[in-house]
Amino acid sequence: MDLHSLILGRLGWDAIPFHEPILIATFAAVLLGGVVLIAAISYFKLWRYLWLEWFTSIDHKKIGIMYMILGLIMLLRGFSDAIMMRIQQAIAFGDSTGYLPPHHYDQIFTAHGVIMIFFVAMPLVTGLMNYIVPLQIGARDVAFPFLNNFSFWMTTGGAVLVMISLFIGEFSTTGWLAYPPLSGIQHSPSVGMDYYIWALQVAGIGTTLSGINLIVTIIKMRAPGMGMMKMPIFTWTSLCTNTLIVASFPVLTAVLALLTLDRYVGTNFFTNDLGGNPMMYVNLIWIWGHPEVYILILPLFGVFSEIVSTYSGKRLFGYASMVYATVVITILSYLVWLHHFFTMGSGASVNSFFGIATMIISIPTGAKLFNWLFTMYRGRIHFDVPMMWTLGFMVTFVIGGMTGVMLAIPSADFVLHNSLFLIAHFHNVIIGGVLFGLFAAITYWFPKAFGYKLDPFWGKCSFWCWLIGFYMAFMPLYVLGFMGVTRRLNHFEDQSLQIWFQIAAAGAFVIALGIASFLIQLVVSYRKRDSLRDFTGDPWNGRTLEWSTSSPPPSYNFAFTPQVHDGDAWAHMKQHNAQRPQSGFLPIHMPANTGAGIIIAGLCTLLGFTLVWHMWLVSALTFLAIIGGTIYHTFNYKRDYYIRAEDVARTEAERTRLLANHV
Amino acid sequence: MTTPSDTSHHHANAHQDHHANAHQDHHDGDGHGEITFRGYMTGFILSVILTVLAFWLVMGNVFEKSGVTALVILVLGAIQMCVHVVYFLHMNTRAEGGWSMLAMIFTVIIVVIALAGSLWVMYHLNTNMMPNMIHDMKDML
Amino acid sequence: MSDTTTISPREVAAAAPLDFYLKQEHHPQNGTALGFWIYLMSDCLIFACLFAVHGVVGRNYAAGPSGADLFDLQLVAVNTAMLLLSSITYGFCMLEVQRNRLRPAMIWLGITGLFGLTFLGLELYEFAHLIHLNAVPQRSAFLSSFFTLVGTHGLHVTFGVIWLVTLLFQLKKHGLIPENRRRLMCLSMFWHFLDVIWIAVFTFVYLMGVLP
Repeated sequence: MDLHSLILGRLGWDAIPFHEPILIATFAAVLLGGVVLIAAISYFKLWRYLWLEWFTSIDHKKIGIMYMILGLIMLLRGFSDAIMMRIQQAIAFGDSTGYLPPHHYDQIFTAHGVIMIFFVAMPLVTGLMNYIVPLQIGARDVAFPFLNNFSFWMTTGGAVLVMISLFIGEFSTTGWLAYPPLSGIQHSPSVGMDYYIWALQVAGIGTTLSGINLIVTIIKMRAPGMGMMKMPIFTWTSLCTNTLIVASFPVLTAVLALLTLDRYVGTNFFTNDLGGNPMMYVNLIWIWGHPEVYILILPLFGVFSEIVSTYSGKRLFGYASMVYATVVITILSYLVWLHHFFTMGSGASVNSFFGIATMIISIPTGAKLFNWLFTMYRGRIHFDVPMMWTLGFMVTFVIGGMTGVMLAIPSADFVLHNSLFLIAHFHNVIIGGVLFGLFAAITYWFPKAFGYKLDPFWGKCSFWCWLIGFYMAFMPLYVLGFMGVTRRLNHFEDQSLQIWFQIAAAGAFVIALGIASFLIQLVVSYRKRDSLRDFTGDPWNGRTLEWSTSSPPPSYNFAFTPQVHDGDAWAHMKQHNAQRPQSGFLPIHMPANTGAGIIIAGLCTLLGFTLVWHMWLVSALTFLAIIGGTIYHTFNYKRDYYIRAEDVARTEAERTRLLANHV
Repeated sequence: MTTPSDTSHHHANAHQDHHANAHQDHHDGDGHGEITFRGYMTGFILSVILTVLAFWLVMGNVFEKSGVTALVILVLGAIQMCVHVVYFLHMNTRAEGGWSMLAMIFTVIIVVIALAGSLWVMYHLNTNMMPNMIHDMKDML
Repeated sequence: MSDTTTISPREVAAAAPLDFYLKQEHHPQNGTALGFWIYLMSDCLIFACLFAVHGVVGRNYAAGPSGADLFDLQLVAVNTAMLLLSSITYGFCMLEVQRNRLRPAMIWLGITGLFGLTFLGLELYEFAHLIHLNAVPQRSAFLSSFFTLVGTHGLHVTFGVIWLVTLLFQLKKHGLIPENRRRLMCLSMFWHFLDVIWIAVFTFVYLMGVLP
């Protein structure tokens, strides 16, 4: 091996897709946008501010916001992929081959899935839990603030690798779960699969560490008096979600590692010959994959519980049964994974077990729905935008859940597996459940994070466009699935199907309007922020502790740690006319910012890139740098500081003034 | 790499160290059982016995049926894992307020599901979908 | 499960002495030990996957050498002894830490590291020997699985040794401060955990591997 290939590996000028006009145009746009952004930051001299206040911050609130920004940016990328596919499928019939050749189309549907699951839903959910949970439990930060920062940058690193694959090399063409033997080295020799692997491994480390972080936070850092059954329901669902994360992501890590060995070293785990067994990959990846979808939805179930309770002005109905239902879902989610591959041939006895288990798991979800309805019953309901998203969720998610129970019947699944019916089902539950929940949560907690509400008019526009657009885009897919149309096709012969695809494409455009409305909402709300200002910190008459802080909360969250006596702690405090102490402030012990997180994560991302391109020498050096950097970081014992009592007093006095002026 | 915003708090740091020390001593008491020489030696001796036993059963071809040997050494291994967890890792129901035990039990349940489930599923898949392989396997023995 | 938001005067009176804010500084319990334990549980799951894979493809010799052909159980027994001894020496280290004796603790820690290095050396020797016999990971799924499972354990031990050496430097620099005690506790958990995994390895991979 000569020096050139040791350093540059298989990277060369041919890696840049000059022959793909769409990509070149995209690259030009991104380059232009990037240059403008960098120029603007430089012009306003914001680099120092960004580095000191955001990138090196270990404040869970800032990290939470950065996760949300990452997720929303990647939503735009993932959605572009969706629009491209909808257009292709609407026009590519008979003689017309559309505008996306199969090789490109395959990358798009793969990227769409990978991005939406790993770089949109996961960051948004993680960001939400990061921001809200410490506030809800009366803590000042998470258990491991540095790890929190590191986790965020690792997730971002994974996203960076996926985005780079657009312009240097290509992405995987195997679908978002990359089944072998297609994903093995023989059938996917190019860099796309490697980008996939390293993006997920880097991001996966971040996610797993974040899971450990939040579990320990919830167990160890609750305010005095907050027993487990007095925790806010969103905190409960976060605890179960993070348990699922810690207990499932290692499986993904292991399986991808084995695939990596097959690709890089020539082992025979999932090959067709020499004793390999590709079916084992499918088995293991879904042992991860099924808990993953519950990781996505459980936090949003918690969100809906909080929102229904707050906007109905009532305590959540059946709190204990909600907790039990969540725990039952957590455990049962490990007993259903085979329903993702009924058709692979495990036979009737195995299929029956998993089919029945899948049906059983819908029961606790149903219990939750009834509890929400009973909470609303005889409440004074305020139809603010979060409540609208919640109602949209209830209808939409139930439909999606019902089609899921249909698919749980193995014999039905033999007809519907990998058809557009399946696609419609999971988008139904993910959009109806996860996405609607995220928009509800964002609208609900935005005033807490930024100090002003989101503009309701554009919020309603966004909601209606999403709701109508979703049904337009996905109901036709149920029909097509029943008629036998397979997923992941970029061309069709049967002209009679075209009308359904055209309706679906129109629906996608309505959704695009919904996204546009959301972006407009952000801009309009910022410009109107003074008229939308949240002065009290409690704009919705909330019931949990985060609403007892100012909007936004101070860096230390609580000047004095709250003492909890009942569930819905803040509602209880308001009931009993609890008064904020105005004196006796103490210095507050806080963790210090650090650049170690972004630097080490950056090195990990670089390592991923060099491994993709087989730049072995650079890989080795980068790896040594990571180890060295980590060891160096552990020699830093001075990682904290104190906020002076006078500063706390000043901040609190300011808040007292604000409250007095706006009651 | 750190950027503490205020460096003039030596007294505050001493105060914090004192607190941390006090809390460390306070928290060492809860959960992690008092570690003793006796505890370690008991664990060590039990482990040696269980290990030697297992190796002897296999290397000495003690049982006629290899199936019996396999079962016995699996049981011995499971027992030794418990010995390690109790005597070396000091696992008890009080550690970390019971959360350590709960986390371990949960993990064991998931591991059992993943292992047993995978073996069950893969056995069925192999039987139905790869009959040639079984044929080859028989030839190899 | 009451959903009422109104309270009677009697309830207000009874609630009067309720305190809603903690006046002293609140020190949440340190979560490092629990957090590290949970990390170990996640690591356990990674190993469980590797064991599952070994359970499925561990007999797929692809007409190549099997465990019975290759495994040197005496070497494995010696290796097991090395790891077990290293566990007990780490225990002795922790006993010295409990007695606040820095130098003896560091000595026992160092001895633990030496046992660990010996373990790794013997394992590398075994791997080299197998490769020399052309029993390479690429030969069959069985060998892929063997090298990966045993190798992953070995990699963990390697990181443990690196961590151990780093800790020795940090102990020399700062002594038995609370932070270092926490780190020693975490490494202790890590080290014993690896011994637990090794029990599964020698039982499931080596001993069962030579059985027909």
